[in-house]
Amino acid sequence: MAEMKVAPANASAGVKLLTWVDNRFPATKLWKEHLSEYYAPKNFNFWYFFGSLALLVLVIQIVTGIFLVMHYKPDAAQAFASVEYIMRDVPWGWLVRYMHSTGASAFFIVVYMHMFRGFLYGSYRKPRELVWIFGCAIFLCLMGEAFMGYLLPWGQMSYWGAQVIVNLFSAIPFVGPDLSLMIRGDYVVSDATLNRFFSFHVIAIPLILLGLVVAHVIALHEVGSNNPDGVEIKAKKDAQGIPLDGIPFHPYYTVHDLLGVVGFLILFSAVVFFAPEMGGYFLESNNFIPADSLKTPPHIAPVWYFTPFYSMLRATTDDMMKVFDVLLIVATLLALWKGKFSGMAKSVIVVVALVVLTGFGLFKGTNIPALAGCDAKFWGVLVMGGSVVILFFMPWLDQSPVKSIRYRPAWHKAVYGVFVATFLILGYLGIEPPDPLKTAMSQIGTVLYFGFFLLMPWWSQMGTFKPVPDRVVFHAH
Amino acid sequence: MSESVVVHDGIDESKRRWVAITCGAGAVAGVATAVPFVSTFAPSERAKAAGAAVEVDISDLKAGEKKTVEWRGQPVWIVRRTPEMIASLSKDTAELADPDSKRNPDEQTPPYARNEHRSIKPEVLVVVGICTHLGCSPGDKFTEGAQPSLPADWPGGWLCPCHGSTFDMAGRVFKNKPAPDNLRVPPHMYVAGNDNKLVIGEDANNKG
Repeated sequence: MAEMKVAPANASAGVKLLTWVDNRFPATKLWKEHLSEYYAPKNFNFWYFFGSLALLVLVIQIVTGIFLVMHYKPDAAQAFASVEYIMRDVPWGWLVRYMHSTGASAFFIVVYMHMFRGFLYGSYRKPRELVWIFGCAIFLCLMGEAFMGYLLPWGQMSYWGAQVIVNLFSAIPFVGPDLSLMIRGDYVVSDATLNRFFSFHVIAIPLILLGLVVAHVIALHEVGSNNPDGVEIKAKKDAQGIPLDGIPFHPYYTVHDLLGVVGFLILFSAVVFFAPEMGGYFLESNNFIPADSLKTPPHIAPVWYFTPFYSMLRATTDDMMKVFDVLLIVATLLALWKGKFSGMAKSVIVVVALVVLTGFGLFKGTNIPALAGCDAKFWGVLVMGGSVVILFFMPWLDQSPVKSIRYRPAWHKAVYGVFVATFLILGYLGIEPPDPLKTAMSQIGTVLYFGFFLLMPWWSQMGTFKPVPDRVVFHAH
Repeated sequence: MSESVVVHDGIDESKRRWVAITCGAGAVAGVATAVPFVSTFAPSERAKAAGAAVEVDISDLKAGEKKTVEWRGQPVWIVRRTPEMIASLSKDTAELADPDSKRNPDEQTPPYARNEHRSIKPEVLVVVGICTHLGCSPGDKFTEGAQPSLPADWPGGWLCPCHGSTFDMAGRVFKNKPAPDNLRVPPHMYVAGNDNKLVIGEDANNKG
């Protein structure tokens, strides 16, 4: 046991109490390590608001969620009515519910900005790989949380959205149909599905989410925050071992982040009070109709934050598979021609490429059952899953010699611009009803999206990089 | 950040072996305990029991009309096709992914529906109204010709609102659409001696 510390005889009651606690629990130690003596770079900008805002939204969601559960009924016969009851009869219930529904969209806006910050300044690069990976896992959990939460109001969009996403799993060869049956707990989306989604939404995923958030912050505080210059501030320390460009998180960034919180809450309140449905983007109009298992609404689309990924799912048609065939053949030929592999490795590449091409259905025309390949439906599911999973690999895909966009060649900014535009256009297309032109656009978007990531090991090294300064660039206000 | 090599030495092999054995035994117990919990995800006995056949009277169904009945929680469509609708079925075969219902016939098409019109009687179509892509229920687009989200030579059929799959008046899927299979024809039969009474969920080969 550590030695018992003793407060001075003339110390105040507060100091004596804290000393008593510190001898039994590391309260002061934790406070120092994570706040008052956690040194963050002094050159944080606008983009650094979103980490603390994500934490704020998480708290909003948990608190409003606790109060919603007091009035909500997870029962297919009562769920829709209980949500309307919260909206009309529970005192201030409408506010709690609108805060929760707006909070879901706000969470994704904040998290997308937070991730984009990572893209801009290379915050996922060594030694922050695990910070990034925990973050991606948080993003996956959020998607699960949002999807399952959306079933709970038991409206038409809830019902058919769940039907589509659960059926995605049935596209997996061999185990798929049984897997989607296990997820639903019934042959159709039903009361059993609603109950288990409720359980996951209010207990299972929030617990995992909280654990991951703790891991994300601990990993961050172990390695220290990155900054807009991508300079390691720990490389230059003063005599006390404090980074020269670091300032204590508390009070500097706690106060700084309060400014962000105020700005955020102004916008958040404006939506909650004046546009909680956000023109059908935050709460879709079809969800004000109770679930009907016999009739799909004429236009169904996921909530906006899923639409970029959903567009890529829709883009994967039989024609798209032919594009994938060509791209894979070109990639294989390039690997054989340009790649510095041994003869053994090259033959492995050829075999793998042939197996995947068979899976793509390139040899479907031969009418040999073993060469039939998988449906475009399966590859669509894989494309959608892959579009999220590929984020986990960012630390290794990015081979640029500098972290921050500030010191990259100017045309890298254009590449990022195209990527952001692609993501937004895919998001727009996912909301729209399908038609041939829009499908073609989303197919081009899918190729650009994956091209950005899969070609990153090459393009991120190309061009003339600017010299990175030793210290962060900082102009006092 | 400085890097240094982490060294482990002085390993007691005997203790290490027992630790490994204990962990292995613990893992077996853990997996065994997980089995009942994972099993609770499967459909309950009550869910399995629900699914009886449904009897439908179609005497009030006029030519060109559709009736929807619920069978195992899913919509089943019964359409009395007009002669023009039946005629369209032989014209669009080049555009279809699987005109002769050869894919997964055991799941999608019972033997008595493996024909051009995918039905027992040419005019009466019985299909499960659930898209074979991701399970939305397609919308009726019985009017021929150009209209939003459909080609100019549209012969009439269904359009799935979710991902744009299209089906003809026999529930056969068009080429190059996300849905891989034709709409499922459920087991069904006519009540003996009554052309207007259908039983959905049962046929001569499969009683319930």
